[in-house]
Amino acid sequence: MTLDVRDVDVELGGTRILEAVSANVADGRLVGVVGPNGAGKSTLLRAMNGIVEPVAGAVLVDEQAVHDLPSKAASRRIASVPQDTHLGFEFTVRETVEMGRHAHVPRFGSDPDPGAVERAMERADVARFADRAITSLSGGEKQRVLLARALAQQTPVLLLDEPTASLDVNHQVRTLELVRGLADDAERAVVAAIHDLDLAARYCDELVLVADGRVLDSGAPVEVLTPQAVRDAFDARVAVGTDPVTGEPTVTPLPEATGDLDNSVHVLGGGDAATPLLGALADAGADVTVGPVASGSLDHETATRLNFDAVTVPPFTAPGTDAVARAGELVDEADATVVPEAAADWGKNRRLRRDAAGVIVVSDDVAGDMPENDAPLADGLRVAPAGLVEAIGALDVAHEQFALADGGDRD
Amino acid sequence: MRAFSRASAWTVGTFGVLVAVMLASATIGPVDISAGSVALAALDALAVPTAVTFYASTMPLPLGAEVPWFSFDIAYVSPLDFPVPGQAQYIVGEIRMPRIVLGAVVGAGLAIAGAVMQGFFRNPMADPSIIGVSSGAAVGAVTAIAFPLLLPMGVQMSAFAGALAAAFGVYMLATQNGRTPVATLLLAGVAVQTFLGAVTSYVIVHSGRSIREAMYWLMGNLNAAGWHDVELALPVVVLGSVVLLAYARDLNVLLAGEEDAHTLGVEVERTKRVLLAVSSIVTAAAVSVAGVIGFVGLIVPHVMRLLVGPDHRVLLPTSALAGGAFLVAADTFARAGPAELPVGIVTAFVGAPFFLYLLRNREVHAL
Repeated sequence: MTLDVRDVDVELGGTRILEAVSANVADGRLVGVVGPNGAGKSTLLRAMNGIVEPVAGAVLVDEQAVHDLPSKAASRRIASVPQDTHLGFEFTVRETVEMGRHAHVPRFGSDPDPGAVERAMERADVARFADRAITSLSGGEKQRVLLARALAQQTPVLLLDEPTASLDVNHQVRTLELVRGLADDAERAVVAAIHDLDLAARYCDELVLVADGRVLDSGAPVEVLTPQAVRDAFDARVAVGTDPVTGEPTVTPLPEATGDLDNSVHVLGGGDAATPLLGALADAGADVTVGPVASGSLDHETATRLNFDAVTVPPFTAPGTDAVARAGELVDEADATVVPEAAADWGKNRRLRRDAAGVIVVSDDVAGDMPENDAPLADGLRVAPAGLVEAIGALDVAHEQFALADGGDRD
Repeated sequence: MRAFSRASAWTVGTFGVLVAVMLASATIGPVDISAGSVALAALDALAVPTAVTFYASTMPLPLGAEVPWFSFDIAYVSPLDFPVPGQAQYIVGEIRMPRIVLGAVVGAGLAIAGAVMQGFFRNPMADPSIIGVSSGAAVGAVTAIAFPLLLPMGVQMSAFAGALAAAFGVYMLATQNGRTPVATLLLAGVAVQTFLGAVTSYVIVHSGRSIREAMYWLMGNLNAAGWHDVELALPVVVLGSVVLLAYARDLNVLLAGEEDAHTLGVEVERTKRVLLAVSSIVTAAAVSVAGVIGFVGLIVPHVMRLLVGPDHRVLLPTSALAGGAFLVAADTFARAGPAELPVGIVTAFVGAPFFLYLLRNREVHAL
């Protein structure tokens, strides 16, 4: 059975919440809905299970519009796991899971599938506390009880609203492993709104990136979670890399650029020496280019994650003419050229920095965080890592002096 | 099955308590009658209805108008005939039993409707009158007492009609676009109750000599009870309770919140309408024969929830039976003293402190 969301518009209280949202979930697929808070993820799920009626478009299960189905029929096709339950009364876990059988049990009669409740509790690993009151359970346990209740509905489509919210790492993974298994073994179509992008990328077959009521992108996690897309959706700076353990994209949020450094900076790197500088420059808000760096090196990896333009060369080779020429252009365009002392003479760096205006050499040997003015000018200004940003800012003022002093050495 | 057997066990148990309380109550009164005689007289009085005959009659309306209505006769067969002293037979069968049975019926109706309303509103302070049923009944009854010519169909029918009109009015006020938000219903109920309370007071002020009767009705009492009252209230309460029991599972699911209930397959708005309508009718029937008896519908479901848990499949039948037992016991107390009290005073007098005890202990934390 396929869940098909076609061009859905949703309004709540006169405000447009979703606009022209489309998505398609096939059997056996786990689709993650990701996006910032207030993007409309929960509303999308509520449109999928028929609670809110789209003002345009439709949600179809097996070609039938969900909202037009009587709730009994809808609840046999789509089960939902809410974020939390409002069950204040002290129902036991078994009584709660039994509620999932509501649509299957006739008003006067007994359950046609008497084992369904027990099986659902086993599957969600809550059978151990079947007779405990639901109010006495922890958040993670309660979540699994609600999952068991949804499983008892025996539906081909399962929706989960933030199943990992407020769970610790262990329970997040356990819950998602379980959900992943549900998609795999029972040929269910599963949709989960997940706010943790790493977990979403790791467990979902597809992601739907929602922001501001629209679908920005959908598809495989690697395609959807680009730094630019995440930046657009979340209005946040992130670094996107590849998790070495799972091989899936991993998203590291970065603090918003705190500085207002609007200089352009070129960083001469190599292996891993420039890596710590890149983060600092990104934080400072600088417009950064990098290279040449060895392809696959830590410098390269970091530059990619930070979405910096980088000139790369194959590992263990000297930079070729093209690479050096390209790097030379970037150096010329940049207001400042930064080189870590360890990489000062790597590849053609010596030549590149000799040609550059405003060279800053970052050295761990410089004491304090103030520029050391008596450093040899031929090597550029030498600063400690902590003083780098300030030094770049000061370049504007000092630039002329540098140019004058440097003039004689130029070829 | 588990729930069904629990419900059965508890229901049989509370039914036993109800029967015991009723029999004990019948021994108490100005004339001492032994428990044995009461039991035999009660068995003798057991009647199996064999036929109901409906026939056309008319119902008087305000301003001398009449509408076609119906009346009915029920034919009974009494299969048992134990020898009981004649006086005891009469006292138990014609004086005490109607009052006791009516107490049981009214208590059961109020308690089951109260349990439904507390679940429906997910609010521990909800009682069966929360959407204006009792205030509507009071307006109807007090008007019929003070101005018999204005409402010639009698106090009971006036109260019943007033109760249903008030409940329906509150429902309509709270409904917009086919949806009835529970919070709106609650507030509309409070507002309408206040308004109708003012109307009742106004009528009482102008009721002249019938003020005593009106006040007595308002306090709730069972002392003029006859089998006629039982015939009016019993079918409504029994049928209504059966419907409410059939919706016990829906009520459980509704407790999870309306959105969850919808995704679990409950037709939320329709279920709410059924529950509201039926519990209002049951309450109206109880109030119209006994006046406004407070606290039964509030206290009894609370106590039973402590004992049997929140599952309405168990809670509803046991609340009904325990409500009957509680009201019979309270009424026995009311009539056993040197001067007879309206039973509404007794239930409030016992009920309010008990409720405060629960409040200070655990019940409210569990809600």
